[in-house]
Amino acid sequence: MQVTMTVNGVPATGEIEPRLLLVHFLRDHLGLTGTHWGCDTSNCGVCVVLMDDQPVKSCTVLAAMADGREITTVEGMARNGTLDPVQEGFMREHGLQCGFCTPAMMLTARALLDADPDPTPDTIRRALCGTSCRCTGYENIVRAVRWAAEHPAGEEVSA
Amino acid sequence: MTPPKAATAVPEVPLSAAGNPIGFGRMLRKEDARFLRGEGHYLDDITLPGMLHGALLRSPHAHARILSIDASAAEAHPKVKAVITGAVLETLNLAWMPTLSADTQAVLATDKVRFQGQEVAFVVAEDRYAARDALELIEVEYEVLPPVIDAQRALDADAPVIRTDQEGRTDNLIFDWEAGDAAACDEVFARAEVVAAADILYPRSHPSPMETCGSIAHMDKVTGKLTCWITSQAPHAHRTVYALVAGLPEHKIQVISPDIGGGFGNKVPVYPGYVCVVVASIVTGAPVKWMEDRSENLMTTGFARDYHMHGEIAATADGRILAVRTDTLADHGAFNATAQPTKYPAGFFHIFTGSYDIEAAHCKVRGVYTNKAPGGVAYACSFRITEAVYLVERLVDVLAHDLGVDPAELRMKNLIQPEQFPYTTKTGWEYDSGDYPLALRTTLEAAGYEALRAEQAERRAAWEATGEGTLMGIGLSFFTEGVGAGPRKHMDILGLGMADGCELRVHPTGKAVLRLSVQTQGQGHETTFAQIVAHELGLPPEDVEVVHGDTDQTPFGLGTYGSRSTPVSGAAASVVSRRVRDKARVVAAAALECSADDLEWELGRWQVKGDPGQGRTIQEIAMLAHSSLELPEGVEGHLDASAVYNPPNLTYPYGAYLCVVDVDPATGEVRVRRFIATDDCGPRINPMIVEGQIHGGLAEGIGMALMQVIAFDEDGNCLGGSFMDYLLPTPLECPSWELGETVTPSPHHPLGCKGVGESATVGSPAAVVNAVIDALAPFGIRHVDMPLTPAQVWLATQGRPVRTDLAFS
Repeated sequence: MQVTMTVNGVPATGEIEPRLLLVHFLRDHLGLTGTHWGCDTSNCGVCVVLMDDQPVKSCTVLAAMADGREITTVEGMARNGTLDPVQEGFMREHGLQCGFCTPAMMLTARALLDADPDPTPDTIRRALCGTSCRCTGYENIVRAVRWAAEHPAGEEVSA
Repeated sequence: MTPPKAATAVPEVPLSAAGNPIGFGRMLRKEDARFLRGEGHYLDDITLPGMLHGALLRSPHAHARILSIDASAAEAHPKVKAVITGAVLETLNLAWMPTLSADTQAVLATDKVRFQGQEVAFVVAEDRYAARDALELIEVEYEVLPPVIDAQRALDADAPVIRTDQEGRTDNLIFDWEAGDAAACDEVFARAEVVAAADILYPRSHPSPMETCGSIAHMDKVTGKLTCWITSQAPHAHRTVYALVAGLPEHKIQVISPDIGGGFGNKVPVYPGYVCVVVASIVTGAPVKWMEDRSENLMTTGFARDYHMHGEIAATADGRILAVRTDTLADHGAFNATAQPTKYPAGFFHIFTGSYDIEAAHCKVRGVYTNKAPGGVAYACSFRITEAVYLVERLVDVLAHDLGVDPAELRMKNLIQPEQFPYTTKTGWEYDSGDYPLALRTTLEAAGYEALRAEQAERRAAWEATGEGTLMGIGLSFFTEGVGAGPRKHMDILGLGMADGCELRVHPTGKAVLRLSVQTQGQGHETTFAQIVAHELGLPPEDVEVVHGDTDQTPFGLGTYGSRSTPVSGAAASVVSRRVRDKARVVAAAALECSADDLEWELGRWQVKGDPGQGRTIQEIAMLAHSSLELPEGVEGHLDASAVYNPPNLTYPYGAYLCVVDVDPATGEVRVRRFIATDDCGPRINPMIVEGQIHGGLAEGIGMALMQVIAFDEDGNCLGGSFMDYLLPTPLECPSWELGETVTPSPHHPLGCKGVGESATVGSPAAVVNAVIDALAPFGIRHVDMPLTPAQVWLATQGRPVRTDLAFS
């Protein structure tokens, strides 16, 4: 079957098996390997992307279900060469170590801040609890999201 | 929180033009640039032209004889290129491989399967979905055999023998090992006024890094070169193992460890899938990728712990600890595939005397085979020091309970004192340096210990009066680790001494490349090691490129695990930088037409003593070293050096942890309210990275103490095979960590650094468990086994806690 969706603002079309997962469409068909794959059961959440601006776990979304939708992956976060403040916050507050959960954490955080520009640490923890991280103990991720909330325009103009 | 600090060994350093510290200090990570943009290169991100995909058929049974395998339907699948079975591997003499503990492990089973999930056949197909489809088409006929699931029954006379492949074997004993002085210990126990004992289980756990394990192999038939991309914490060791296993010439093997999505020890062993892709590439002539899924990772790769410990502690009536001893059973699963120094089959578990000055100790460990996945040393455990710390820190709390004394007071009374260092323990470790009472005081003060105890008493009284509300618990843990393995004469893995090489090249324009044998899995080596060179040579850290993870690009070394990167490779980077500095001095002297002895080092510059205006910067010297400048007889040009660092001793980081929990006895729910961690890892090269390492380890401690367990039913079915059953801590289970710091440099490490990667994982579980058991004191409870799930806590309050590792006890 054929699917067409908008990925990071660019139209993408593919001839796929109906059972193909969105995560594999993004990674294997479009080469967008910033979206990771960690469990198959919707538990670990490293595969989160935004579908029509809402975080979804792309390992349990069929590519066919994304037909006609707008998908944002980590590769689409920086705009015009400028990092999203969430990306900058993760760098400044050491919100990542191995980097494997980072794209999912950042996209979830972006959706949170779009809905709630000034979340409390507790709100941030609740928003991010669908993605697991084994490296950071979450503390610096919470700080990173707070940094982004406090610097809605970021600080650095570089990407 | 700003706790008191010991005299710091870290002076303020100047900043580079880019704003980075030229030496130690907080510096944002170089590696973040690619990870933030989704441009990391993890194994599954790599695609080669014509690449095929492999999938493993695994055993549904824990113990069964293989009667037949029919792969014909799978082979007929239009997208399948090959099906490899144990019978195929036998013709290549590759059906079995050596483990890192010099046992053997089946690559693909030929005679029996010995654990659920064991590898039986490997399908190679055009895409990953087709490979999975074809697994369903393979017919395997099994004769199911009775399994050994409970380690405590593995040595029973009627226990089925698992390793029938080993000629003459009649039982499941792997090793019987001792440390310390049994007779001296018996004597102390016989005269002790108080003896406390407990049976303490450290149940099977799993590191489960977010990225699972995998490999791509490409055998180039023209050049005869095998290139393997592996999720490897130890690419050089893996290359040598490959040469030994496959009989391939080692200079024709290149192992590349790309970006790694977390390791925690899970990516140290060689797994059957890695060997299968090599064979598959040889058979098909194409590159072949195999990436396991989460269930495969949890059910078959390097697990951790599974230590069944009986511990005893002897003391005087007024709380002076005299001796400790343990008789421990170690469940290694179906193959002894742990990765640890050869001399120590129980790893460094015999460091279990902890941080206390005692008279005698004895440690006995028996390792056994069971019908469970192989492994044992993994999960940031410092070669079993996690189990050792948990044992002694639980025993100290049990003793405090029996004596009716405050556990902080009991610890303070028995800690090794600063003037006793270097301190030789009763099981033979030489602790290098420390101020243990300062660390404990730092934690107690930061926590407000007295106020916490007062609050606890009030809350307990209220609960006792009304029978409602939560109980508060305060748990302490004091740990000492031995990391940075290790001295070559004592420590090797498969005969490979645990030294690490390092190379530094300073280019003519003063930019440098540092080549490491260790490999980051998130620890930030590309930043920290550049800072080491900056510290030694005065080069801006942004001018130092760190190369690692590729055996063709880097010198030999044993890799990153056991918190050994900074203690071993960090020392190598320091030594190699000092060699460059010494050479730079000769070059500078030639340029200044003076004696090298007349020069003194000022960060980044050799200058004339008494005339600092006369000098050359390291960048100027780099160009001079490559120029036509005439150098003294015997001095070669260029500004390069190499080194191999053989550590004279382990380094001994330590810390004092305190956990505050609230427990609801009605539901068994535990909430971690606060966690205070004071760590002493010597000087901190990059404090931001060190704190991140500690944060992560503390979360792992909560996972182990409260949530994570790989349990089995009586048929050997793994009950922790997905993240629906094996529960990882989320942000909601973790408090906001409160960190403290003291600094006691190691006297034998060139930078004084002690390593920190595993400290928090080692130290934190005992603090959490001690806190929960402290909360449950009104129930008369002195020990309950992890994980302290709501069910286990509630059962404990009813006087019937369970074996958490079995579903059938």
